[in-house]
Parts: sequence; structure tokens; C-alpha cells
Amino acid sequence: MAQKTYQAGVKDYAKTYWTPDYIPLDSDLLAVFKVVPQEGVPFEEAAAAVAAESSTGTWTTVWTDLLTDLEYYKGRAYRIEAVPGDNTAFYAFIAYPIDLFEEGSVVNVLTSLVGNVFGFKAVRSLRLEDIRFPMAYVKTCGGPPNGIQVERDRLNKYGRALLGCTIKPKLGLSAKNYGRAVYECLRGGLDFTKDDENINSQPFMRWQHRFEFVMEAVQKAEAETGERKGHYLNVTAATPEEMYKRAEFAKELGAPIIMHDFFTAGFTANTGLANWCRENGMLLHIHRAMHAVVDRNPMHGIHFRVLTKCLRLSGGDHLHSGTVVGKLEGDREATLGWVDLMREHFVPENRVRGLFFDQDWGAMPGVMPVASGGIHVWHMPALVQIFGDDACLQFGGGTLGHPWGNAAGAHANRVALEACTEARNQGRAVEKEGRAILTDAAKHSPELAIAMETWKEIKFDFDTVDKLDVQR
Amino acid sequence: MSQAAYPATQPRTETFSYLPPMTPERIAQQIAYCIARGWNPAVEYTEPEKAFSNFWYLWKLPLFGTQSVEEVLTEIEACRRANPGMHVRLIAYDNYAQSQGMAFVVHRA
Repeated sequence: MAQKTYQAGVKDYAKTYWTPDYIPLDSDLLAVFKVVPQEGVPFEEAAAAVAAESSTGTWTTVWTDLLTDLEYYKGRAYRIEAVPGDNTAFYAFIAYPIDLFEEGSVVNVLTSLVGNVFGFKAVRSLRLEDIRFPMAYVKTCGGPPNGIQVERDRLNKYGRALLGCTIKPKLGLSAKNYGRAVYECLRGGLDFTKDDENINSQPFMRWQHRFEFVMEAVQKAEAETGERKGHYLNVTAATPEEMYKRAEFAKELGAPIIMHDFFTAGFTANTGLANWCRENGMLLHIHRAMHAVVDRNPMHGIHFRVLTKCLRLSGGDHLHSGTVVGKLEGDREATLGWVDLMREHFVPENRVRGLFFDQDWGAMPGVMPVASGGIHVWHMPALVQIFGDDACLQFGGGTLGHPWGNAAGAHANRVALEACTEARNQGRAVEKEGRAILTDAAKHSPELAIAMETWKEIKFDFDTVDKLDVQR
Repeated sequence: MSQAAYPATQPRTETFSYLPPMTPERIAQQIAYCIARGWNPAVEYTEPEKAFSNFWYLWKLPLFGTQSVEEVLTEIEACRRANPGMHVRLIAYDNYAQSQGMAFVVHRA
């Protein structure tokens, strides 16, 4: 090994961390950042600075650098690319040796990759666009506790998307009134109802009371319809101890599924809960409150496809994906990109969908995308076309807002889903012929007819803020 | 339309049970879809009171590799005739997903 001597001071990052000849190893963790450097900082230097600050480097040389083999441990900026349509920004591709990260810990990966570097002065803004997790790392993570195939078998749902509904109003209902709303939805034809994310255990409805009334509603609806049902009991809590206590009680009551808010609660809590679910045969629905704080700004933060990958590794059986067509943000191609990342075994690089790397998940089970937010029966043809069968479509207002009540609203959505699914299987162009398909189905269902009348004018035609980077 | 009361809950049988009862023509279209997807059709039946179970009686073995919609329809009809008073269900095994790509009741008791 070559001998090095210690020289105090500050040196250009690029000398150590810009390695354009480097060919990444299969075992490297790869990341791509969108970087806007401060004025006058060359792209290579900014890329190298990001590589350094997110791996072994600090602002000055230190003598202890010479006690290890930094050539082995350092992150390497190995490529830069122009960002289409923006000459102030560029993409920096960085390779990290796998030994920089603790096995099975997306917490540790994120602490490195999106830690101090995001406040680093030499860059004006920074966005983590994508990560390629090497198979060697994927194999150290637990992943979804059950996965799509096991969920279908447990719930006896085949050949169609699942249907859900978030109970409203979000806050303020008593446990018994809340259970009533659940019962009506489930007996009308939904597969699932859901606690809204901010329902935890407030003074107006403590969690034990909610769990008990809700499970009575679920079990009664199951007995009457002969179909399997569930309600996502939100076990998100202030402490892990309290979270596990709620999960145990849900299991005791016979609940098939519980719910967790992975981003506000954090990845440590989430990974622990996913492990608990795997050991206890419990499905895990994941909500994503707070995600838009970090993923919506196209210039700074973390792209949702990265959060998706981290959640799949940490563990969850459902994850909210956006709807493309409803009230919340979500570009169609980008959404299809992260939906693939949830469900598929292998997802190839596809820049049209914002996917910068091949991602091989090996045998890790898939996550069911959940489309929720401002959708109603008129969106059903598009949702069936966009998401296919392996998704959970959630109509909150679109169920509870039905003029005849929850059961009729649920019934209308179920008829619409089954009509669109049958038509798709018959080879019809569901999105294009949607109006005719729904109108025909409504002849046999007054519940659907009145739903179509109620929501015929509602659209959500705002432009997407976070667009994929393309030359315009 | 004035407000209508939603009736007492009806027993259902999962996928397509909120549509009007299946006709031979509509069943044939779904079988054709399953075959085109490379799935293996199979026929199951059960007493209505046992319908909640994961495991219904299997009617013969799955029709592995069949390309004939007619053959599947014939087996459905044979199963129905041999088992009056029972639900009959078409399933389609997707051996890639190691799951069922499709399952729906074609004849309700």
C-alpha cells in the first residue's frame, strides 16, 4: 500500500471524490441527486462535495483519515448529467460501498444520504432523485410483512382491485357513531374502511373504544355479506410501547389489518411494527402524512420514489400512491413509476417515468398501492385502467357523500368497479368507453345512477407542481 | 330522485356479485380472458353455508393448459348438474403470481 503523509488544510473535494472512470460494483448503493451549486462552483466539485459530505468526508482533512482505507470507504461521484430544460442544475451520480451502511436499516441509509449534506453551503439546493439498492442490501431487509399475494389469499379477493373508504369527518366522532359509519360502508360492498391518519386516541374517541366498536361492525358485515372485510385500525402512537399495545389489542379482537403512519412516526418505529406484523399474521396499511413536505419541491428534498423504495424495504403491505386523477398531486408517468417500484420484482431504468436505475427486488413481496383522495365513481374507468387489479381504490367523500348514505355509496362504487373490470376483461377500452360502461351498469343499480348524477361536474384539473424533468 | 332506503344486507359472493347474475355468454368472455392471460381454469363448488371457507370442493383437477372456452363451460355445466343446491365458482390459477388471477361465482344456489 502506498504511503501517505498528513497535510493539514482544505483541499478540493474533486481531487478525492470525483472519479469519472469508476465503474460501479453490483454491490454498491447508487444514488442520483439533482444539484444546484452556488454560483462559481464547478459541477464536478459540487458533485464531489455531495459524495464526500454524504459519506466519509468533512470540510477539512484530519490526521485520523490516515488510520483507515478511505479509498475503500469513500463515496464516489462517478457521473454528471445535464437536467433537461434547466441549465442551473445537474444530476450527480454517486456510488457508495455497501459497508457504509448497517444491514437492514433504511434509517442508517437515509441518515447518510440525506443528512448534513442537505444543509451544505456549497450547494444552493439538492434533491435525492433515486437510489439503487443492491440485491445484497435488499436481502438484509424484512420488507412487506405479507405482500400482495398473501393478502389476496387471506381476504379471498381475486380478479379485481380492492375497495376502501376513509371514515369522515376526520375528527370528532364518538366510537359508536364511528362504528356505525364503518358498518354501513362494509355491508354496502366495500372490502375495507380506514381510520384517517390523524385519528389516534383523542379525548373524543379513545383507541380501545374505537377498536371494539369497529371490530363489531367488521364482523357483523362479514357475517351478513359472506365476504371478508377489514378496517385499518391506526396504531400510530406517541411511543413504540403504546404502538405495540394497540397492535396487540387489534390482534386480540381478530382484526386482519392495522395501520401506521411511517413518516411522522419514523422508519425505526415502522420497521419494528412491520416485524411484529410478520410474526403475528397481520396486514399493515401504511399512510404517508408529511411526505409532501419533503417530496413536492422539484429542486430540494427527496423524491417520493425514494420514500417508496425505503418503505418497501422497511415493511408495509399497502402504501398510498396518489390517484393521478383525484384532488392530490401526482403526475401520471411518475406515479406509474413508483407504482411499479411497489409491486414488481424487477423494475428497469426508465427515464420517461423518472426511474434512474434498474431496481431488482429479488424475492421481496410487493406492496399494494392505495389510490385515495378526491375520487368518485366517474374516475373508476381511469383508475381501473391506470392501476389494474393490484391496488386498493379508496373513495372517502365518494362513498360517504352519497345522497342515500354510506351503504348506497359503497354499493355504487362496487358496481362501478365490477362493471369496469368485467368490461376490461371483455377487451373494451375502459377509459375511453367509461361513460357508456357506467351508464349501462347504472341501469341495474339505482345507487350508481344517483352517484353519477351527484358527482358529474367535479373535476380536479390543476397542473402538477412536481413535474418530471423534460425539455419543454 | 327522492331518498331510498338501503335494504337489509344481501349475501354476496365476492367478485362480480354486485352485477346481474352471469349469463353463459358473459361467462365465456371471462374464460376467454383467463385463457388469454395464460391462467389455468378450474371449477369449484360448495354448499352455501360453507361458502366462507377458503376451500371449496374441487370439481376434477384444474383444466391445465386448456385453450377451449367450450371445454370449461362444459365442465361448469356438468358440475352444476351433479350438485344441485350448491354454488359453483370459476377460478383461474396464475402460476406466475402463485395466486388466483380470477375467481367468481358462475352459478348461485
